[in-house]
Amino acid sequence: MAKFKGAIVVDIDRCKGCEVCIGACPHDVIGMSSEVNIKGYKYSYMVNPESCVGCANCAVVCPDGVITVYRKRIEQ
Amino acid sequence: MKEEVLSDIINVENLVYKKTPLMTDNILSYCPGCGHGTAHRITMEVLEELGVWKDTIGIAPVGCSVLAYEFMNVDMQQAAHGRAPALATGIKRCWPHKVVFTYQGDGDLAAIGTAETIHACNRGENIVIIFVNNGIYGMTGGQMAPTTLPGMKSSTSPYGRDVHIMGNPLKITELVAELPGVRSVTRQAVHTPGNVRKAKRAIRKAFENQLKYKEGLNFVEIVSNCNSGWKMTPVHSNKWMEENMFPYFPLGDIKVDGEIVNK
Ligand SMILES: Cc1ncc(C[n+]2csc(CCOP(=O)(O)OP(=O)(O)O)c2C)c(N)n1
Ligand code: SF4
Ligand code: SF4
Repeated sequence: MAKFKGAIVVDIDRCKGCEVCIGACPHDVIGMSSEVNIKGYKYSYMVNPESCVGCANCAVVCPDGVITVYRKRIEQ
Repeated sequence: MKEEVLSDIINVENLVYKKTPLMTDNILSYCPGCGHGTAHRITMEVLEELGVWKDTIGIAPVGCSVLAYEFMNVDMQQAAHGRAPALATGIKRCWPHKVVFTYQGDGDLAAIGTAETIHACNRGENIVIIFVNNGIYGMTGGQMAPTTLPGMKSSTSPYGRDVHIMGNPLKITELVAELPGVRSVTRQAVHTPGNVRKAKRAIRKAFENQLKYKEGLNFVEIVSNCNSGWKMTPVHSNKWMEENMFPYFPLGDIKVDGEIVNK
């Protein structure tokens, strides 16, 4: 069966730390940083990168449109 | 996952989602988690997908989205408070080949602009209205709006909206649906991936109707959060919206192809 591996790239300094993406991810990939960005917000990042399937749910709900999503088919 | 595997995935040929170039690179002036940003982005995605962005003129309101023209990379004009549908009327009548839409909050559309809204709808102006209903005046500090829920606290109803003194929330969307000039009316939300995808389809349908039928107004309400005005975290405000706003402002199509489908 074909499997997909995904990855997100967060534009760190544009993230406002709202955390809406966290609940939108069906695979608990996203968490918040302990550091803050240039605006003083904690920013989202992949805490569980191996679980990402590239569904883009996080990017679709991000109010600031700061998430870019990649998805690759992995043959098994 | 090892670093080299990640870099293998993060590659242009594997790109599945990226902010549309029809959103400018300006940092949105909205509060963290505010639905305005998502509503902007899906509107721009629709115009990009329909290939009409070069022929589109949007009207920005007064409210938090007063600067929508800084973020939406299409031709825009900013209107006086509540007058967006009147301005859109003039633009569409002068340039009928242009795709014209307004983007308005509930204070703008359902308080100071009620007359403009109702008459543009009644005249059946061939425009799209995108109405972001967050139940409050966000920009000016969370005052009560016509759409503020019964019992809901705001800076001008600190003990909660008392409907005996302040009246009931105005369901202007249901009201305009009754007007024969209006072709389609729908109510959507943008707080979950599923809702965003549905709302985008609804916005797309509204623009397709404008292009196809050349008459009739298409109206899309987006029930949204104002976490600052409601004094909640973004995630909590979305939950509160589901529990409190949706029962009063139920999601779904209200009018399709000129017929009321849901009362
Ligand atoms: C003629 C006029 N009256 C009043 C105001 C003050 N004012 C600015 S924004 C606003 C309310 C906006 O609320 P809403 O349309 O719900 O948008 P939101 O900020 O919540 O997105 C008001 C009353 C104004 N700018 N112009
Ligand atoms: S939804 Fe967007 S702005 Fe909010 S925390 Fe996630 S990446 Fe940052
Ligand atoms: S005040 Fe409310 S409506 Fe305005 S940007 Fe903030 S959350 Fe959005």
